[in-house]
Amino acid sequence: MTATPSFYHQSAPPGLTGIKAWLLTHDHKRLGLMYLGAVFFWFVLAMILGLLLRTELMSQGRTIMGSGMYNSMFTLHGVIMIFLFVIPAIPAIFGNFFLPIQLGTDDVFFPRLNLFSWYLFMFGGLFAIISLFAGDGFPDTGWTFYVPFSVQNSKNVGLTVTAAFILGMSSMLTGLNFVTTFHRMRDKRMGLMQIPLFTWSLYATAWVQILATPVISITFVLVVLERFLSIGLFDPAKGGDPILYQHLFWMYSHPAVYIMILPGMGVISEIIPVFSRKSIFGYKAIVWSSMAIAIAGSLVWAHHMYTSGMSDVSVFVFSLLTFLVAIPSAVKVFSWVATMYKGSIEMTPPLLLALMFIYLFSVGGLTGLVLGAVGTDIHVHDTHFVVSHFHFVMFGGTGFAFFAALHYWWPKMFGIMYSFKAAYVGAVLTCVGFLFHYVPMLILGMQGMPRRYYDYLPQYETGNFLAGFGGYVMCLGIVIMFVNLLRSFRQKVPAPADPWGGTTLEWKIPSPPPVHNFIEKPQIMDFPYDFKGVVEQSQQNDR
Amino acid sequence: MDNQDTGHILSYSQLAVVLVILLALTGVTVGVSYIHMGFFNVPVALAVACLKVTFVLLFFMHLKYEGRVIVLSFLSTITFLIIMIGFTFWDVAFR
Amino acid sequence: MRAEIDRVGIKIGMWLFLYSEIVLFGGLFVLYAAYFHKHPESFAVGGKELDRVIGAVNTVVLLVSSFTVAASITAIQKGSRKLTIGLLVFSITCGFVFLVNKYFEWGTKIHHDIYPNSETLVNGEPGLNIFFGLYYVITGLHGLHVIIGMILLSISLVLVLAGKIDGSRFSMLDNSGLYWHLVDLIWIFVFPLFYLVL
Repeated sequence: MTATPSFYHQSAPPGLTGIKAWLLTHDHKRLGLMYLGAVFFWFVLAMILGLLLRTELMSQGRTIMGSGMYNSMFTLHGVIMIFLFVIPAIPAIFGNFFLPIQLGTDDVFFPRLNLFSWYLFMFGGLFAIISLFAGDGFPDTGWTFYVPFSVQNSKNVGLTVTAAFILGMSSMLTGLNFVTTFHRMRDKRMGLMQIPLFTWSLYATAWVQILATPVISITFVLVVLERFLSIGLFDPAKGGDPILYQHLFWMYSHPAVYIMILPGMGVISEIIPVFSRKSIFGYKAIVWSSMAIAIAGSLVWAHHMYTSGMSDVSVFVFSLLTFLVAIPSAVKVFSWVATMYKGSIEMTPPLLLALMFIYLFSVGGLTGLVLGAVGTDIHVHDTHFVVSHFHFVMFGGTGFAFFAALHYWWPKMFGIMYSFKAAYVGAVLTCVGFLFHYVPMLILGMQGMPRRYYDYLPQYETGNFLAGFGGYVMCLGIVIMFVNLLRSFRQKVPAPADPWGGTTLEWKIPSPPPVHNFIEKPQIMDFPYDFKGVVEQSQQNDR
Repeated sequence: MDNQDTGHILSYSQLAVVLVILLALTGVTVGVSYIHMGFFNVPVALAVACLKVTFVLLFFMHLKYEGRVIVLSFLSTITFLIIMIGFTFWDVAFR
Repeated sequence: MRAEIDRVGIKIGMWLFLYSEIVLFGGLFVLYAAYFHKHPESFAVGGKELDRVIGAVNTVVLLVSSFTVAASITAIQKGSRKLTIGLLVFSITCGFVFLVNKYFEWGTKIHHDIYPNSETLVNGEPGLNIFFGLYYVITGLHGLHVIIGMILLSISLVLVLAGKIDGSRFSMLDNSGLYWHLVDLIWIFVFPLFYLVL
């Protein structure tokens, strides 16, 4: 490789030095890393909160905190994990860093808007922190802010929903940037069916971000207005209908589930073919299933509301529609597994995490069908079964995809390799801990333990203790994984441009990339997952 | 994907014609509101509003001269809006 | 590194932003539709209380300003800078007129004890309370958008005066114009829904 300085040594716009080179940067790669820093902070914080919650539940009665504290804490855990970790994690970090590179261009379409989105993100986070300490403390409404409780409640709901409003705006502007970049900045020789699948999944996500986010914005505006003016739009005494709040809320928050999972699926679609040394099975099917998930995901919001008192007709319709979403998701899982079939598989930490993703996500998806069917949902609604289900999807799915992406692209982002051994240990501990943590919750839920409860009947103690124990194992695994990654900064084992044998454009440029990404015009392959060259190369090396 | 914006320029007279149509439609919708047709006032008023909006979109906002990306994405937005309102009625209308 | 300005791309970005605005108001229209279904009589009574004439005048004001904004873009493309400036000033004035009308309209209503959480509304018909609640929220949010639109047009005006916007670089004006038309679009629906129901 030629000695082109990396983006760490050159600022964009040029001439900025020191901290300014970061805080005023237009460079999508630096912004991606800045998101990484912020998201990392929030993730660790919310993880600690989650662990405290489970510790409280490990034994009956008061263990380490009071009931009010517990309520605020699970709300805080939910708000942070949803708005400050799962939604921004993959699009804002890896999307910002790799979408322009995979499209063969030097930056996103609106670089300054991109910086602005980052500031909105930080600002939203700041608001969330302020709402912790200002006024009467953090809300205890749960992250859903259901009326009438969120309107009558004396805690700091107004400030917290404002934070969520700002974070939503940041996410929407990122989506806007990605769609425009996708259409206008793509290398002219790259056709629609030559685009890497990660970028495709981000494109589908971006549409959901643009179209669904404003709904939550207006809903939160209404909550704030209700609190200050008591208009009564959701107050039955004044003619309002609280169920309409739930409709508006889930009109965003259900599609938001796909904002969270689609990019994760994109990551897995990148990792599986690379380590199978085999072209992805059903490229077009995966592309279309991404778009189909984005569309079908917008049609099913009311399946969160079967027991809320809406009409039986809509319960029936939404239950039926919910099963539609399972089809494209299953298409993807099938394609990943079929890609590995007869591939020459090379085990690495990213692949291991991707396999864990497939397994855990499948469990999450299948338990989702239990909840999508009305008959079974009414039995387990608002129990620990639901808690376990969405953690399987959000954490077992998006969380593990995030870890996989971190391990997959780490060498490219920082130009250094990490220790595989520690990464394996961390990944296995996380996965085993995960199962110990959430499988008992599935059982507890079926036995009837409600979610969000501070205390429980004696028969649930074993399950809760096991779940808490699993939680500690899982967190230990995550800590090992992160410490291993951070240690790589000290060991500084340089990474080659293409340590994995990847074929997409980001592996054709130096690690870490130069400031304009491509030193010369990139070669666009007819098909982004053509491994002939990689296989030949490794055969030559063997000889 | 068209790469060069043709920069279509609408003439003043074209725009003026659109304005006249819009003002006339406003007159129609206000006039109709004075006639009592019971329930039918609502669909008529909405139909006129949709017609007016179409004119604003096509000419004032140049939608008629935009590329495929903008036209298709606009239609998807409207579809999403219809779904938002329509699907809520699965609940509201049958309660 | 981009050699030339990609006007199509900038416009796509602006349209995407407009979609989010449309959906933002869409959420309120969902509420309107559902509550209209629930309390049609009260909505009719409420609609009668609003002044159709002021509403119609405001509609005309916005339509005319929309026309002048569209014409100002034609003017800048044809290179007539003075005409552009005149049309923009006129459009911003229209925005002011709209807001002044709105101010008096709201003022009268508040004077008659019709505002969120007022005695009359809280103790009256629930449907009427919802009607006026939606009226204040939707026209309020719309008014906010009128103000933002005026700010955007003023910025464009300043840029035209400074010579930063001309026949070859007018994306800022184009986008402010799109935003202004959006404000008009929403009003076209708000007007019949509130002033002309039944």
